[in-house]
Amino acid sequence: MSELKKIATRDGFGKEIVELGKENPDLLVIDTDIGKSCQTGSFRKELPNQHLNVGIAEQNGAGLAAGLATCGKVPFVVTYAVFGSLRMCEMIRQEICYPNLNVKIACSHGGVTPANDGASHQAIEDIGVLRTIPNMTVIMPADYNSTRKLVRQAANTYGPMFLRFTRDAVPQIYGEDVEFTIGKAHQIQDGRDIALIANGDTVRLAIEAAKTLAKDGISARVLDMHTIKPLDVEAVTSAVNEIGKIITIEDHNILNGLGSAVCEVAAELGKGIVKRVGIQDQFGQSAPYERLLEMNGITVEHIVKLAKELQ
Amino acid sequence: MKDISVKDLENTAVRMRMKVVDMIYKAQSGHPGGSLSAADFVTACYFKYMNIDPKNPRWPDRDRMVLSKGHVCPIQYACLAGTGFFPEAVLDTLRKEDSMLQGHPSMNKCPGIDISTGSLGQGLACAAGMALAGKLDKKDYKVFCVVGDGEAQEGEIWEAANTAHKYQLDNLITFVDFNNLQIDGTCDEVMPNGNLGEKFRAFGWEVIEIDGHNMEEIVAVLNKCYASKNGKPKCIYAHTIKGKGVSFMENQCGWHGAAPNQEQYEQAMAELEAQLNN
Repeated sequence: MSELKKIATRDGFGKEIVELGKENPDLLVIDTDIGKSCQTGSFRKELPNQHLNVGIAEQNGAGLAAGLATCGKVPFVVTYAVFGSLRMCEMIRQEICYPNLNVKIACSHGGVTPANDGASHQAIEDIGVLRTIPNMTVIMPADYNSTRKLVRQAANTYGPMFLRFTRDAVPQIYGEDVEFTIGKAHQIQDGRDIALIANGDTVRLAIEAAKTLAKDGISARVLDMHTIKPLDVEAVTSAVNEIGKIITIEDHNILNGLGSAVCEVAAELGKGIVKRVGIQDQFGQSAPYERLLEMNGITVEHIVKLAKELQ
Repeated sequence: MKDISVKDLENTAVRMRMKVVDMIYKAQSGHPGGSLSAADFVTACYFKYMNIDPKNPRWPDRDRMVLSKGHVCPIQYACLAGTGFFPEAVLDTLRKEDSMLQGHPSMNKCPGIDISTGSLGQGLACAAGMALAGKLDKKDYKVFCVVGDGEAQEGEIWEAANTAHKYQLDNLITFVDFNNLQIDGTCDEVMPNGNLGEKFRAFGWEVIEIDGHNMEEIVAVLNKCYASKNGKPKCIYAHTIKGKGVSFMENQCGWHGAAPNQEQYEQAMAELEAQLNN
């Protein structure tokens, strides 16, 4: 599949949301003046009566969505992940999650992908903050096709959800026929010696690391944990019981993200070892995306090294 | 719209005030000051204007009420019981474990609550969302919203005011409960609001200033707002007295969130009862 052209997950959202809007006249997009970079341009052109723009006012966007949802609308509030989590945080808690309303927060620029914009725009806390709020579902797809599948499922599943997409074109991992279920990890390959659990853009790193490890006779199970909440506890439990050695990989602070969620399961089972690869609890800077990943050890080489140390 | 006289509305408002004091006394917890200042116009909405069905609280075509200042929910609970959404006895469970009457309103616990509020500054955006849904669906329902003057210090209120103007939400009728008191003192001391009516006018709203305790003025302004289709969201800038109707609570910020003791309760109820049929 790696020969296919690279394409960003935000583009998968931009494509699928148009199809969904055509199917459901109650589906609305609420932009916050960054529709262009969040890929809602086609939706705005094709479905102007279902498109709103509240301007640079994310908090109000969240509240407006809550009010619309009480009247049967299915609003997708669209912004960058840093604003869709932190700027809107209390509105999401009070007006969307507490009343359990059918609002989707759909965000581009997750993780450090807004690299050259610097720390202000890099979202490294969003998943941690939002997975702490009751009733919230948190999703981060790994490629174009899985984004389309998961956005479709999110639109057709009741409840508050945070969907995290990224800026950069990434390799396509899945064909159009692969199915995904919210809350259920997608196993890319099975293995005996190490479990690599990743989400979003870092799934490709896990796949590359698994290939490198295979050359040294180390067999890796690779899981795409696209849903961080509700976590697929069964898949993590199986990895702990059957392999016992896990590396989590994420473009998010190592605190409170995917790694922490996996650690919570392993700790309650009282066995297994988990190593977390992710942002080292530090703010980023303006730099190329790959450099920011390197600064935090989010690299194939580091994953391979950790996997070997665990053998 | 129900056919009820101004005099009957005035008496109903007094009875709602008595229920507010009674439930807060029994809970020994709650917010009497703001509940009493908003009592007259909230009563008028529920007992004369709002097109609602207590047997079908989520009827899609109903009028809505959003207390952006959610802590004054005792007056809304009194009106919901008074219009048949639940038995009056439920009012005695305010703020108690497993009660539908939470300290701040919860839409999934209490029938007749249209959105959960309590964190200040957030309700107007939700009300705007409901009004916008009505416009998108070409429905005629109205959305009433109550915003506190202290609450208008929150920035999200003004983000929502922009949105209501952009989408021409003339079906959004917002009361600004201008009692000039907040927890730490007068609004003028804590954070001067200036003239909130002028501010809403600058945001493109139609603003009408009234005495928020004069039922004739309330009915006149609601008649006008309920019929208006001029594309402008409505701000009813209501001059009120925090704690209105109970002499020792009036204009005292200490009664923002305090419950009366037995002696104070008896005096308050006697004072209110004397206002019936005046």
